[in-house]
Amino acid sequence: MGNSLNVWSQAIASFQPMGLPLGLVILAAIPLVFIALYSLTYGVYGERKISAFMQDRLGPMEVGKWGILQTLADILKLIQKEDIVPTNADKFLFVIGPGVLFVGSFLAYAVLPFSPAFIGANLNVGLFYAIGIVALEVVGILAAGWGSNNKWSLYGAVRSVAQIVSYEIPAAIALLCGAMMAGTLDMQKITMLQSGSLGFAHFYLFQSPIAWLPFLIYFIASLAEVNRAPFDIPEAESELVAGYFTEYSGMKFAVIFLAEYGSMFMVSAIISIVFLGGWNSPLPNIGSFALNEMTSGPAWGAMWLIMKGFFFIFVQMWLRWTLPRLRVDQLMYLCWKVLTPFAFVSFVLTAIWEIYVP
Amino acid sequence: MEEGKVHSQSAEQSAAAYAVIKEAFGDAVSAFDANETMPFFEVLDLSRWQEIALFLRDNAKLKFNYMACLSGVDYPAEEKLGIVCNLESLGELGHKLTVKVKCARNGGSIPTVSCVWHTANWHEREAYDMFGMLFTGHPDMRRILCPEDWEGFPLRKDYQVQETYHGIKVPY
Amino acid sequence: MQELDTAGLGSVRVTRKSDNVVVLEKDLATEQMVLAMGPQHPSTHGVLKLECLTDGEVVTEAVPYLGYLHRCFEKYCENVDYPAIVPYTDRMDYLSGMNSEMAFSVAVEKLLDIEIPRRVEFIRVIVSELNRIASHLVAIGTYGIDLGAFTPFLFCFRDREHILSLLEWASGARMLYNYIWIGGLSRDVPADFNKRVREFVTYFRPQARELYRLLTENEIFVKRTKGIGIMPADVAINYGWSGPMLRGSGVKWDLRRNDPYSVYPELDFNVCVPDGRFSDIGDCLSRHIVRALEIEESLKIIEQCIDKMPGSEGFDPKSAIPKRIRPKEGEVYGRAENPRGELGFYIQSDGKSTKPLRCKARSSCFVNLSAMKDLSRGQLIPDLVAIIGSIDIVLGEVDR
Repeated sequence: MGNSLNVWSQAIASFQPMGLPLGLVILAAIPLVFIALYSLTYGVYGERKISAFMQDRLGPMEVGKWGILQTLADILKLIQKEDIVPTNADKFLFVIGPGVLFVGSFLAYAVLPFSPAFIGANLNVGLFYAIGIVALEVVGILAAGWGSNNKWSLYGAVRSVAQIVSYEIPAAIALLCGAMMAGTLDMQKITMLQSGSLGFAHFYLFQSPIAWLPFLIYFIASLAEVNRAPFDIPEAESELVAGYFTEYSGMKFAVIFLAEYGSMFMVSAIISIVFLGGWNSPLPNIGSFALNEMTSGPAWGAMWLIMKGFFFIFVQMWLRWTLPRLRVDQLMYLCWKVLTPFAFVSFVLTAIWEIYVP
Repeated sequence: MEEGKVHSQSAEQSAAAYAVIKEAFGDAVSAFDANETMPFFEVLDLSRWQEIALFLRDNAKLKFNYMACLSGVDYPAEEKLGIVCNLESLGELGHKLTVKVKCARNGGSIPTVSCVWHTANWHEREAYDMFGMLFTGHPDMRRILCPEDWEGFPLRKDYQVQETYHGIKVPY
Repeated sequence: MQELDTAGLGSVRVTRKSDNVVVLEKDLATEQMVLAMGPQHPSTHGVLKLECLTDGEVVTEAVPYLGYLHRCFEKYCENVDYPAIVPYTDRMDYLSGMNSEMAFSVAVEKLLDIEIPRRVEFIRVIVSELNRIASHLVAIGTYGIDLGAFTPFLFCFRDREHILSLLEWASGARMLYNYIWIGGLSRDVPADFNKRVREFVTYFRPQARELYRLLTENEIFVKRTKGIGIMPADVAINYGWSGPMLRGSGVKWDLRRNDPYSVYPELDFNVCVPDGRFSDIGDCLSRHIVRALEIEESLKIIEQCIDKMPGSEGFDPKSAIPKRIRPKEGEVYGRAENPRGELGFYIQSDGKSTKPLRCKARSSCFVNLSAMKDLSRGQLIPDLVAIIGSIDIVLGEVDR
């Protein structure tokens, strides 16, 4: 399979009409978009089913067997809805808000290594890029909140900006602990350094006695980055109706919604790559039963990464439907007085481990 | 209290409370109506109503700290409007009493007791909304249940509903 | 020295340093924003408008505007016979219809000279307490949703379905019952009712315990509600608070104990007050805990009623109801313990007609809500939501 895939990709990559690398764009962008969209639609379906089972009910059951086609039906519905723009809204900001939000959360997909053979853009500062580009979401949220000309949306947007900007700090420091263990910011290299015949024992989570601390810190901070409960004040349904996207309807609403699930998958993928080995198989080689080799490869790699990503999405949903939400000041307290100091402590301890223990 | 009638303990307590009030205020209050279901007295001198209310709340033998209800009532035969206050000494002395205050039908007003019991604040607004008597000294004298620009006072016996409200036909 | 005209500059501080030097400092002008919460809003529990004056996230004042659900209950009462008022009392506090009907019947029966059969009294208490549990489940579930915990709401409603099925079996309707009539009941309970109720009580006890652990003992929930909206006991009494609100402030006052009606004197149950270990006395968490604990007490009451109830041989629920309900001349203020507090009816009757002269409904939520303006001063907006949720209002009763 690897060889024929290579032949195909060579052929498409060499497609350069008028000297523009159109072939490469097609090769990289379209699978990414497909992966993103599929994981999103099934993310939404998964959320509805998982939340339903946790709440002792069934969830969507009508459309397709077990409601599998539900999200497709929802997307079709949202596409044909009337797109309402409030009269007094700042039209430019109102329209570009969702766009910038969506773009911001998808740009990070470019540096995610889905398999040994496939990565959108093999930057040697991939991790740095991933952490930084997410900040583009903030612009989108502010544009959406202000452009809606609605006091409640403004509240939601302001809270969301404060939250995202604050939580980037412990998130970044925790990820840098992982980068320290690898010695590089290149996402593909980080993943390759976690390969080995012992499977999960090579993952950075198990390579250092304090790796669980940055892992936990990044997980919590990433919940705040994507506005998921218990940090979902910006879209607190019962206080602010729908927060910064109250006034959106139709396709723009769908775009914001998909952007949220896109970010969820993205942070899950990042944490899997840095701490849990990315596309590496967690199965070890047991004696002569070469499980690890059997479950590695380009296609296997993509599957492993997506499974790990979905696992973290499942945990995020689990937390959302169990816990109430934190108040704004409690959230800020958590970030600045709890997570950031612990992030620094873990940074120092990881550095000590890396220097003194080979 | 009528001779030869067996009264319940609560009616006797109310009568004892009334005795304290009568002693303090004399002719400003009426005689005690000692019926079984709701013993009451009426305040005859409107200008002393707030003073009586403070006395009811603060006097050590009375301690009526809880106002259960303040209802507006229309007395068309007497051409008067009135309020009926059900008071109770909650957790302290345990007795109950009812006070009635009446005022003239057109343009009448009663001094407010919202400074004595906060319960009276919204109840007096509702009485004004439904009957039309003003409560002098009330911090926020405006309609509470009907819209601000409603005409007429609905619970009066001679109330005629208005024909239209902002162009909507009202009676149906 | 020339005087400066600072009229058009807003708030400015002027300091004169010397003959020729004057320093003008302009304060950073911030405005208070008027935020209207409602009438359409997910967490005001109905059509209530709260006009909040906010300074950033801090609310300086939240003034409630009522009347969106006013349906002229009192005017209606003056135009119909007493029995026809009973369905309307259901619709005031629609989440606890049985309790509202009970309050009205208790009030009117004080003016009638009838003796209610014992079995009627026990059935009334059973359905009232079942309704109390259902109402508290809604209060707890919606309070969780206001604060972001979505799952307890569904657990509460799953169990409430069982209660509603039982009440539908008894009275014919799931929510607006018209079951407790003046002087009796509209019909007897079905044959296996007691058995099914006992099964429900056995099923529900561990569920209530699980709900307590899921929501009330959750640390984030405690952080959101502890120390918020504290109301001291004497202020609460002055505001006219009653029911779980008053008990949440530490006052041991329950009309089923302190002003008993029906067969409550024969039943053994505790009046729940918070003990200050888990929550601050008078805060939102205390009020929530009182409601959660009262569910267990209601289960106890139901079990005792089933044990003590006389049998149904030769029983006619309408036997004590007079042909024409014509109360004697007089007035009465009758009240009962609603899940939300004291529901009282001031009824004025002229002894000759079958319609009341005046029927005023003193509703618990109306009085509880009047403290909103003072409770909300200085709170953050999420705390405002927590406070409204803890007052547990039903707009049907507030506006009547």
